[in-house]
Amino acid sequence: MGFFEGIGGDENVLTTTLEQAIAWARESSMWPMTFGLACCAIEMMAAGASRYDMDRFGAGAFRATPRQADLMIVAGTVNYKMASRVRRLYNQMPDPKFVIAMGACTCGGGPYYKYGYNVVKGVDLVVPVDVYVPGCPPRPEALLEGLMRIQDKVRGMRYLTKNQPVDVPIPARTGYVQLPPELFDEDPTKAVEKQIQFAKRTKEKAAPAKA
Amino acid sequence: MTSAEIIAVLEGQFGAKIKAKNLEAIDPFVTIESADLPAVCRFLRDDARLKFDILSCISGVDYLEPDPKKVAKAGFEPHTEVVYHMQSFAHRHRFVVKLNLPRWKGDKPGELPEVPTVSNLWPAADWHEREVYDLSGIWFTGHPDLRRILLAEDWTGHPLRKDYEFPLEYHGIRGR
Repeated sequence: MGFFEGIGGDENVLTTTLEQAIAWARESSMWPMTFGLACCAIEMMAAGASRYDMDRFGAGAFRATPRQADLMIVAGTVNYKMASRVRRLYNQMPDPKFVIAMGACTCGGGPYYKYGYNVVKGVDLVVPVDVYVPGCPPRPEALLEGLMRIQDKVRGMRYLTKNQPVDVPIPARTGYVQLPPELFDEDPTKAVEKQIQFAKRTKEKAAPAKA
Repeated sequence: MTSAEIIAVLEGQFGAKIKAKNLEAIDPFVTIESADLPAVCRFLRDDARLKFDILSCISGVDYLEPDPKKVAKAGFEPHTEVVYHMQSFAHRHRFVVKLNLPRWKGDKPGELPEVPTVSNLWPAADWHEREVYDLSGIWFTGHPDLRRILLAEDWTGHPLRKDYEFPLEYHGIRGR
């Protein structure tokens, strides 16, 4: 963006590209869909209410229909019965659409990962996710941070649409997780050794101090 | 009425049909055969001394130790129990009735054990029995509409059984 201040006697001239102008307009009016599934929804409501006031960032207009929304905040545990509905709502949103996975359950199953027979192990197995907001539940500030990362993505858009097909294939994770350096080694046996050492250290740390 | 008096009334009415009783438990209970359940429940509800006018809950309990190393220490044979908690607003007492069932009907895996319904006595039992059927896999004969209530209609298996295997895939969504 350039300021041509004082040229031609008009001080209110601003030049930019059309894409940037549209992206600016779009990021400043993200309309989320009202989509609370579980306890995270309470925190989402708090983010929308007066104390945290999501409307400061232009995202306060929670729409009750997917057709008017361009941001889906999946707030809460998604179970298999709900997954097809999540999917359908996502398909009903108009094209440049974004998804925030809010909370541990939507990021990867959370506390239901091991014994939750009915819980989807992360909503990214159902719809493509743009931003993950971890926490159980995340604080409203965290959700606002997630919203700003969505706005970063919108700002970086070069085209008006995401050019997504109408029916997006169900995504699948690779299941690969990057381990931190204290747990990772090229040699698998050494890696196991490192992990045992790490577990010992944490156990020692957690032991109560002797009087 | 105290629980001991309730059990005495039941024994006076049904005699040998009361298979076992326990007064030491926090909630004292009697154990009966599933075939006698409708008669016993009707008596419990309608008798002027008892008047159990509300059924608080129905529970299905699966007694099975899936770990073969711990079977010897488990302290029970594999079986299923159905537990009926009921109370009376009129007399302010409560009581528990239990049924002992095989885990599978005729010990054939996949054949659900059968219990006569009590939904004609207490309308609240309708949804309770659907939930027990859904999660614990107990078939209530005579129930007006025994469908799954919590899980999806096309779900396979009964998740609160100890030998339940988690689905690896459901409608294209990976389970693990």
